[in-house]
Amino acid sequence: MLAFTVRRLLQSVIVLFVMSIIVFLGIYAIGNPVDILINPEADIAEQEATIRRLGLDKPVWTQYFTFLTNVLQGDLGTSFVHNEPALLIILERLPATMELAVGAVGLAIIIGIPAGIIAGLYPDSIIGRGIMAGSILGFSLPTFWVGLMLIMLFSVMLGWLPASGRGDTVGFLGVQVSFLTWDGLTHIFLPAFNLALFKMSLVIRLARAGTREVMLQDYIKFARAKGLSNVRVIGVHVLKNILIPVVTVLGLELGSVIAFAVVTETVFAWPGIGKLLIDSIGNLDRPLVVAYLLMTVTMFIIINFVVDILYSLLDPRVRLGDMKA
Amino acid sequence: MNMPDSILEEKTGVVEGQPPWRRFASDFCESRLAVAGLTIFVLIALSAIFAPWITPQDPYDLMQIDILDGRLPPGSVSGEMTYLLGTDDQGRDMLSGIFYGLRTSLSVGAASTLIALFLGGSVGLIAAYFGGRVDTIIMRVADLQLSFPAILIALILVSILGQGVDKIIIALVGVQWAYYARTIRGTALVERRREYIEAATCLALSHRRIVFRHLLPNCTPPLIVVGTVQVAHAIALEATLSFLGIGIPITEPSLGLLIKNGFDYMLSGDYWISFYPGIALLITIVSINLVGDQLRDVLNPRLQR
Repeated sequence: MLAFTVRRLLQSVIVLFVMSIIVFLGIYAIGNPVDILINPEADIAEQEATIRRLGLDKPVWTQYFTFLTNVLQGDLGTSFVHNEPALLIILERLPATMELAVGAVGLAIIIGIPAGIIAGLYPDSIIGRGIMAGSILGFSLPTFWVGLMLIMLFSVMLGWLPASGRGDTVGFLGVQVSFLTWDGLTHIFLPAFNLALFKMSLVIRLARAGTREVMLQDYIKFARAKGLSNVRVIGVHVLKNILIPVVTVLGLELGSVIAFAVVTETVFAWPGIGKLLIDSIGNLDRPLVVAYLLMTVTMFIIINFVVDILYSLLDPRVRLGDMKA
Repeated sequence: MNMPDSILEEKTGVVEGQPPWRRFASDFCESRLAVAGLTIFVLIALSAIFAPWITPQDPYDLMQIDILDGRLPPGSVSGEMTYLLGTDDQGRDMLSGIFYGLRTSLSVGAASTLIALFLGGSVGLIAAYFGGRVDTIIMRVADLQLSFPAILIALILVSILGQGVDKIIIALVGVQWAYYARTIRGTALVERRREYIEAATCLALSHRRIVFRHLLPNCTPPLIVVGTVQVAHAIALEATLSFLGIGIPITEPSLGLLIKNGFDYMLSGDYWISFYPGIALLITIVSINLVGDQLRDVLNPRLQR
């Protein structure tokens, strides 16, 4: 197990290293770094001073080394627009995105699992077919368009829920959160639901397939023969057994929820890191873009690492297979 | 391919003298939903191709546009024009705008898929045929890329490359190639061990001939299925990027951009500017997916009766 963990950790570090080279080369070699790192509004003397300070007149590998040293020290550049360290701005916005992502995964579980179980118990009924048709729609509808339609229906036509922003926030463990105030809750519901749709469809399918399989097992027959109530059979015996694949897949998908938050945050003007990225691309605030990319890629590599380790704990075949390879 | 007819017949139950494409067509037509999907998709493609001739208005021609007609609701009549789906803020007919938008969306989707299919397919085929270190390196890169969601890869590429139709196509190719490489490698690894490849090797045919004339034709069915589904993904991804304002530039509005334009007016209740392009996008994606689903069933030899 230790050997596997070490190997996997080493792989993650290599991937991180490769990604830093790709981002560095992409930004510095393909584009003109002078345009990227120096504010276009600066005058020529200032630009030359910055070129020298950043070492842009030196060979590429020296530049990469400087870039890497800075990144490792947490210096991801200074935003042109906000005039603050890029990392600081991203960390300020991160709680909003995390709150949205957790809300979305929560909604996907709360709605997806019961719907999937119902569809699995009555696969041929109208309700079962309806749920499956809904999940197909959830897969194929473009997220941003569904977001617009949700705004149109619930904010413009019905006027029930607000269309944009975070609403009132309160401090909780040192960060500002929305879900503890009523106003914040009304603000988070639509974006979280929008972000959850894709994952919800996934959970519905997993739960449905799981339920259909579990219902045929002997231990379900036994539980029924024991005279357990239907509620207990489904709520305990079925639920427990379908949770394993659902939890594994959702863990893997948490990262993609954060990536997809870019779209939802733009639609609902949710002030998270995704909206920050789109605004920064629009403002040509490139240090922030680089910082976002490096942060997100790192986050992904960490999530993949943790999921792999957890998975190998659950299923020994994974790590044995990897050892042989 | 080179099997005697009797074996082929036993295996697949082909009626004597029926060409393969006829069997394929009749299998495909078994699902009415798929036929409907194909019909709708052909209609959409035709209307995109012939947009300049069938639309009531050329949305790029400023002479034909009257800004006073801006934001008219669907069904409005102004002068000689009837705006079936309303107009946008510039007074352009939405129906014409959607047809022209489909043109951009479909051509970007198709171009990126074809290039990615070619690149990814070749890379995957090379990996499978030669194996060893080449295989390990190519597949590690593909796996690494597939461990990130498509939208993140697209965001990285777009923020490095910048905006423009060509750059979006490059970004979409960059996102998609790994799917094809993985798919074709999986099939080719199985096919490579078959007797006909062994026979071809014994005949001392060149590597190129074996790979392209013998291996490739037998690896195409799964590639076609993945390709169909990926066209829909590419169109959706391009629409998403354009909606975010980092995709297609405003000079060649795609569906995503039309939806983005309408977004600003939606809060004042002018829903149609966003709504109808979205419906067009939706119908396109769903019809392609219906065709793809049926192709998967038809081309899967394990399901063949």
